[in-house]
Amino acid sequence: MPEIISALLNTLVGPLVVADWLSWFCIISGSFFAIVGAFGIVRLPDVFSRMHGAGIVDTLGIMLILVGLMFQADEAIVVIKLALVLLFIFFTSPTTTFALARAAIHGGVTPGPTAEELAEAQKSKPKNKKDEKEAKSSNT
Amino acid sequence: MTWTLFSVASLAVLVSMALSMIRALIGPTVFDRILAVNVTGTLTVVLIAVYGFLDGRPDFLDIALLYALINFIGTIAVSKYVKYRDLGHPLDGPDEGDV
Repeated sequence: MPEIISALLNTLVGPLVVADWLSWFCIISGSFFAIVGAFGIVRLPDVFSRMHGAGIVDTLGIMLILVGLMFQADEAIVVIKLALVLLFIFFTSPTTTFALARAAIHGGVTPGPTAEELAEAQKSKPKNKKDEKEAKSSNT
Repeated sequence: MTWTLFSVASLAVLVSMALSMIRALIGPTVFDRILAVNVTGTLTVVLIAVYGFLDGRPDFLDIALLYALINFIGTIAVSKYVKYRDLGHPLDGPDEGDV
């Protein structure tokens, strides 16, 4: 069993300790989620769905990167400071999103189509047969 | 070895910052811009922390901590200003004193 573990720890770039492995895992996945969330901020359709992308960046992306940095710290005070940053982000990110969503609703941004509007759109679709035919021909 | 790790992290953070700055530039409403600038600020906190590790000086974390606080207060202040057109106590409106 220790042989297997030591074989696992010996990589192409040299021996790695377990903390390094955890740190690599956390930082790489955190970077991935940060980029995914940033893509969400660019690509999603309205403010309220873009807040979802911002939430991905704030929670999965940044928190995983900070936890990964914690494994690289040499002193205890560094870990404490990183934990404080993490705690602040943990509390301030939802608060900011809440305040911003309230301000956006107050400012006249409507949060997408409601369920009734979607049902109405579904109902009114078969009525205009012309559009349907055009859609079919364009599909084929 | 760890140099590679921190370089990867800072590169990913910079790419994410660039993407959210795109949204801040093209955002149709002011709330899109506030959201994008808030995300950019939060990513700056991590960039400062990662840079401290990259440079071998984790004292940079104090600056990151301060930046996190200022970023939060700034975003709240801007969204309150956009909502009420005032940073003080709102005089009228149903949700008086609310964020």
